[in-house]
Amino acid sequence: MELIPTPLNAESEMRAKLQDTDIIGIILWIFRAVILVLVVWGTIAALLDNPYSTRQWLDFIVFGIAQGSMYALIAIGYTLVYGVLFMINFAHGEFFMSGVMTATVFLAGPMAASGFLNRNPILSLLIITLVSMAVSVLVAVVTERIAYKPLRKAPRLVPLITAIGASFFWQYFFRGLFGSEVKPFPQLEILTGTIPFLGTDILKTHVVVIIVTIIMLVGLNFFIMRTKIGKAIRAVAEDKDVAALMGIDVDRTVTITFATGAAMAGVAGVLFALVFRQVHFFMGFIPGIKAFTAAVLGGIGSVPGAAIGGFFLGMFESVGPALFLEGLGIPAPHQLKDVIAFTMLVFVLIFRPQGILGERLSEEKA
Amino acid sequence: MAMLEVHDVHAYYGNIHALKGISITVEEGEIVTLIGANGAGKSTTLKTISGLLKPRQGHVHLNGEDLAPFSAHEVVYKGVSMVPEGRGVFSRLTVSENLDMGAFHRSDRGGISADMERVFDLFPRLEERRTQVAGTLSGGEQQMLATARALMARPSLLLMDEPSMGLAPVLVESVFDTIVDINKEGTTVLLVEQNAHMALQIASRGYVLQTGEIVLKDSAEGLRENPTVQKAYLGID
Repeated sequence: MELIPTPLNAESEMRAKLQDTDIIGIILWIFRAVILVLVVWGTIAALLDNPYSTRQWLDFIVFGIAQGSMYALIAIGYTLVYGVLFMINFAHGEFFMSGVMTATVFLAGPMAASGFLNRNPILSLLIITLVSMAVSVLVAVVTERIAYKPLRKAPRLVPLITAIGASFFWQYFFRGLFGSEVKPFPQLEILTGTIPFLGTDILKTHVVVIIVTIIMLVGLNFFIMRTKIGKAIRAVAEDKDVAALMGIDVDRTVTITFATGAAMAGVAGVLFALVFRQVHFFMGFIPGIKAFTAAVLGGIGSVPGAAIGGFFLGMFESVGPALFLEGLGIPAPHQLKDVIAFTMLVFVLIFRPQGILGERLSEEKA
Repeated sequence: MAMLEVHDVHAYYGNIHALKGISITVEEGEIVTLIGANGAGKSTTLKTISGLLKPRQGHVHLNGEDLAPFSAHEVVYKGVSMVPEGRGVFSRLTVSENLDMGAFHRSDRGGISADMERVFDLFPRLEERRTQVAGTLSGGEQQMLATARALMARPSLLLMDEPSMGLAPVLVESVFDTIVDINKEGTTVLLVEQNAHMALQIASRGYVLQTGEIVLKDSAEGLRENPTVQKAYLGID
């Protein structure tokens, strides 16, 4: 029921609203203009006084795509869950961490020590990835069933706070289990070194990251678009009551949605470990927030949006500092890649909350 | 034994007492209609049958079995299918994906594709648009799709919530013709309608709802000739 305001209230409310939007509007325009000027100025300066060779620019781009691949895989989980529950699952970064932590401690470490890892690298990686996915899925399903499901009908802020709590719970659970020190992820001999590509050399690990991500995204697209369960996920995302009237078990479908996102995060965890060669109980936090940024950037709720947002964010982070910060005379611009990422999050939220591919979603479902 | 027996059902939305002791029976093979004004509790009655809303008191029996322990998706397995109010097609899914969802709980591939052919015979327009996203269909086509989708579950009891709503008069005629066809093929229909005039032409019996209570029940003919019904629902003075 909407209360009808008295005319007096309505008028003064309207006036206040107008004044508000005016001031906010002007500030936003100034903001926009300043950033635009800075970016353009920085870019021009960087290009005039180009401190990098073409090869270095190519390296930035390749690194951006590889980094963006991982963001894309993690972002899928945010976007899928948002699509069906309109909830931001801030514990998703922990799903990413849990799988690869467990696989590193129980598998990768011992396998490397026994020499099995480098004797059967492909088989080992396959096993490590499957175990990582399985643990991530298990953690996700447990979280969903215990922490989120009872809150399905609660106001939207409640599951959000619960998600933050769940995130802390899993961080300290895994810290308790595996300790707080940084654990090395063993180096695979077949993945050391580079391969030549377009006049530059690409790290083999980056090639693996990009290829695996493409395979996973194609597989996910098939799952969501073609299979019966994928169609059910889309049906539940649109209308839970009608989905139930079709005989779709909504609770089960929601659980499958969480599991799908977590499986992607489990793979992303292994790719992350291959590139950075270490794991830690807190490793899910920053990539989780970054992937959330990527999902918002692409248009949260949209699966292709999450993928595109991930690649974009990786690219911005990697090319951005050299392109628009270096030219402004900022020292050590690459230290500031996180600043670029989070500035972008704020700007997307202010200027284009629906993201790159966002449809009417934000109006309909907000 | 009646196919559907709704006995003294009380249902609430929060604290609002929406249904105050509704009793309805539907025999196999019938078309039964519930008529009444907006907010009388017609849709709520269908929701309590389909399991979307659980009655706080009273019971719903289908072929003698109490439906209370079953959630909405399990009631579908029992042979009850619903065309929801406002059609409720999945607007981002294609026409054929919507139909697949109708047959979600079935696994007999042969039967499903035979039923797909059958609903395309019934609604040739849908076959032309099978790869189109449902959100781009016209209102009449969406109604066809919602009906076709419910039929894909091969229901023994079809619940229809205001199938004529928002449709041009010509389309209303064809929707009601289809309901008669579906019924002739052996599906029992419980029809909720504001368009009492049309509903009482195809139904065998009807109930009149008013503020959550049944105020009248009779054969369709009896209701058509009832002066109160004529005045309140048929627009005849």
